[in-house]
Amino acid sequence: MTTLAPDDRTTGGTGRPRIGTALTYLSLVVASLVVLLPLVVVLFTSLKTNHEVTDGGALSLPDDWLNFSNYATAFNDGHMLTAFGNTAFILLLSITGTVLIGSMTAYAIDRFEFRLKKTVMALFLIATLVPGVTTQVATFQVVNSFGLVDTRWAPILLYMGTDIVSIYIFLQFIRGIPTSLDEAARLDGANTFTIYRKIIFPLLKPAIATVVIVKGITTYNDFYIPFLYMPSEDKGTISTALFRFKGPFGAHWESISAGAILVILPTLLIFLFLQRYIYNGFAQGATK
Amino acid sequence: MTDTTSKAPPAHARHATSSPRRRPGRGAPPTRSWHDHPLRRITPWLFLLAPLALLITFTYIPVGNMIYYSFTDWDGVSPDREIVGLDNYTQLFTRPELFRVFFVSFYYLAASAVQIVIALYFATVLSFDLRFRNFFKGILFFPYLINGVAIGFVFLYFFQDGGTLDSVLSWFGVGGDHAWLGDPESANTSLAGVSVWRFTGLNFVLFLGAIQSIPGELYEAAQLDGASRWQQFRHIIAPGIRPVLSLSVILAISGSLAVFEIPYIMTGGATGTSTFVIQTVKLAFQFNKTGLASACAVVLLLIILVVTWVQRRLVPDDKVDLV
Repeated sequence: MTTLAPDDRTTGGTGRPRIGTALTYLSLVVASLVVLLPLVVVLFTSLKTNHEVTDGGALSLPDDWLNFSNYATAFNDGHMLTAFGNTAFILLLSITGTVLIGSMTAYAIDRFEFRLKKTVMALFLIATLVPGVTTQVATFQVVNSFGLVDTRWAPILLYMGTDIVSIYIFLQFIRGIPTSLDEAARLDGANTFTIYRKIIFPLLKPAIATVVIVKGITTYNDFYIPFLYMPSEDKGTISTALFRFKGPFGAHWESISAGAILVILPTLLIFLFLQRYIYNGFAQGATK
Repeated sequence: MTDTTSKAPPAHARHATSSPRRRPGRGAPPTRSWHDHPLRRITPWLFLLAPLALLITFTYIPVGNMIYYSFTDWDGVSPDREIVGLDNYTQLFTRPELFRVFFVSFYYLAASAVQIVIALYFATVLSFDLRFRNFFKGILFFPYLINGVAIGFVFLYFFQDGGTLDSVLSWFGVGGDHAWLGDPESANTSLAGVSVWRFTGLNFVLFLGAIQSIPGELYEAAQLDGASRWQQFRHIIAPGIRPVLSLSVILAISGSLAVFEIPYIMTGGATGTSTFVIQTVKLAFQFNKTGLASACAVVLLLIILVVTWVQRRLVPDDKVDLV
């Protein structure tokens, strides 16, 4: 700790900040432990046998570090394969839909003058204020009237149709694309749809990446919508499958832990590979 | 003093870059004939057709229906319903067992305050050059990305009798197994603690981004003037992150009122941990009281709208309003 490279900002150049720096690191280490400890304990538990879990303490280490039998239990009895399949299907379609809808809306609003434009913008703006959790009572009836309850189309449509944050991300980005590009293409005889498809859409790539990542992670993690709209066992997504798995395995913490780790693992991998995009994406998404 | 000087330039810069760019496209269209073309008038609507249809179907119709249901005694299934006027609202505010869930929100509100302070501290600390900075940043942010059900189970095990928390406490000599989720006060505090664990990372990354967008010269100038780290925080960092801070406060308030996942997954709303949304979902989907549940949802929606409106009045120049 004391051999730190002296840096103007951290040490301030006087003697006393040495202690300050040490305390800073201490606080960081404590925070990291608080974050990691609950997760690491669950990882350990997932590698233990039922006997070890009931007899040993929570913090004891597993005897066999390669005991993956709980993972097999969780994967098979938790119907995880179906769940990952359903989640992948919903992810693919809802993200594609969100990207198309967001970019089309942004294109129409930013590049055209039309009557009621202010009204349309207000409609989207006001909708950001309506939290999805509050309206599900009535949304359920709408979805039900289409006969879509307990199909995978319910979450797909809801994720596509109620994601206004993505529209804002596209709107912000499209403003930075010079209109001279549109005009040049128009002089070359391109129609509006071609301009959208051949010029605007490819230039929106960074915004699309942001939306795909943010939307992907939030959809993967969502519990509320699949829980309300897809009650059947075979329509489970990873969230609801894990939730239902706990019922019959209530006392088998080693299996439940394995299930939880199975669900966390893909997120961890994505995070490790796409860190930079994830930070920017979520910062953009939250500040709209 | 420093407040205004450090905050003003970005605001001006933003206006300066956005307004002149957009004006030419509107004021002086280069190809007049195309602009008068009738097709031109329909084209934007072709692009907006699907988005608007979805927006109206899944946001505006539900809101409208919800307001209507809240004045009826509908059970959500039967074809007939009766208008009962304000009866649902009267019930909501006079039956204490319905009203009580509001107070649970205060646990989460307090948790949000703790969360913002912790996030602010670590964002400030990590905005300076430190070893393993990215490593710490990653660890602090990661919980925000984890699946809510997984978090619920991780912490059920954490709070179990003789579980992780009890074992750690026994190291420090704080003995005795405590049923953390056993009584309302302890259970709500524990659940609010989980919410701090989960959401601090998002606030932290937002604050860190705002702090890092403050030009480095400001710190150098401050250091030349002999400003301490606290003074740097007070006069450079604090004003720079004010918009993000006010956004976080709004998200915290509306988030505290709309808590659902963690308590539902961990306790199912038992032992006094039921929140407003859990109660609404149960009323609507378990007890078939769609009318009453709608009234609950309308009240929640109104509260959130008021909170947002107050915030926009208090902080008018803000990142939140981008259009």
